[in-house]
Amino acid sequence: MSQQGSQPGSAATVNDRVAGWSEAELGVEGRVLDVVRAPAEVLATPGADVDPASPEAVQLAADLIATMRVSPGCVGLAADQVGVSARMFCVDVAGHPKTRTHHGTFVLCNAEIVEASRNEKAREGCMSVPDLTGDVKRATRVTVRGQLPVTGEEVVVMTDAFEARCLQHEIDHTNGLVFLDRVAGAHAIHPRKTYL
Amino acid sequence: MAGTSQTPRVGRRPVMENVRVTIHAITVLGHDRPGIIADTTGRLAALGLNLEDSSMTRLRGHFAMTLVCAGAASEAEISAGLAPLAADGTLTVTVFELPDEDAAAEPGRPYVLAVHGGDRPGIVSSVTAEIAAVGGNITDLTTRLAGELYVVVAELDLPAAVDVAALGEAIGRVAAELGVEATLRPVEADEL
Repeated sequence: MSQQGSQPGSAATVNDRVAGWSEAELGVEGRVLDVVRAPAEVLATPGADVDPASPEAVQLAADLIATMRVSPGCVGLAADQVGVSARMFCVDVAGHPKTRTHHGTFVLCNAEIVEASRNEKAREGCMSVPDLTGDVKRATRVTVRGQLPVTGEEVVVMTDAFEARCLQHEIDHTNGLVFLDRVAGAHAIHPRKTYL
Repeated sequence: MAGTSQTPRVGRRPVMENVRVTIHAITVLGHDRPGIIADTTGRLAALGLNLEDSSMTRLRGHFAMTLVCAGAASEAEISAGLAPLAADGTLTVTVFELPDEDAAAEPGRPYVLAVHGGDRPGIVSSVTAEIAAVGGNITDLTTRLAGELYVVVAELDLPAAVDVAALGEAIGRVAAELGVEATLRPVEADEL
């Protein structure tokens, strides 16, 4: 994964530790898991805190990345989406046209939003809600705190644009929320017309 | 309706050069095909009718149009003008004159209610009953069935006196009984 710094005009500063992280640090092979679809209780249940250093958590991190990689268009996947009610997710928005600042592929455990600003509405989808998309207002600048798997070291990620939206979407999953819980109004849900 | 700044024209019927202007509600429902909207609105324009609020969408693939229009044409004239639309039997058209009503009550505080979960009978009725019980008015509501997933998104006006936290809890209890998720949030409007 190439490390790309902030784009000109972006206020976010890339966290080099997170940008330099890769799944090689996990040291285990990821398995492709089935993705759970709504309605499913696990998607509506707040996840349990995870021990980032535990073998189960490390394997789960590898599985999330492996599952994300084989899923066309997937830029993030949370543990509850593979049936595990735990506060962990992976993201990788590097190739997305709406991305400005990004940190490549990474996994965060027990993540929370520390700061969020500059709301914008955009249409988003989710592998767990494959037939619908929704207009959701989210911050375009966020500061997120979480832990890396294996080492458990705490990292702070400041980002913007599409990576900010993706992080908020995934952190919602870890809290038992899907985008449907945040749609902007009665005309903000749409049948999906194209599948990636 | 929530989200519009226009005052509903209910109760403020205009008078045009001593011609009695009436308001009609029209529905066109049935098999979807290209051209229904152009055909319908063309016929209304030919009758001198002014298209006001409308909703035109597809519901599980069926075309569904509901509109309110103003003008001097009578119900009989409008019905006759739209009759060719229904000639082949694939569309059903209804026309009726709306009574001159008092203006709608003052709008309350706008909220969005999102409900989703496994499809089962009674989700909409159970949840909306809680809103009605506190005098809340639903101004827009959409439901979508996608496979097993049922989604309801409603926009509502709540009177100032409503205890929103208590309403949220009441909706939460009903949702739990139904095995669905419900979220009640204030509408965030960014004034520019």
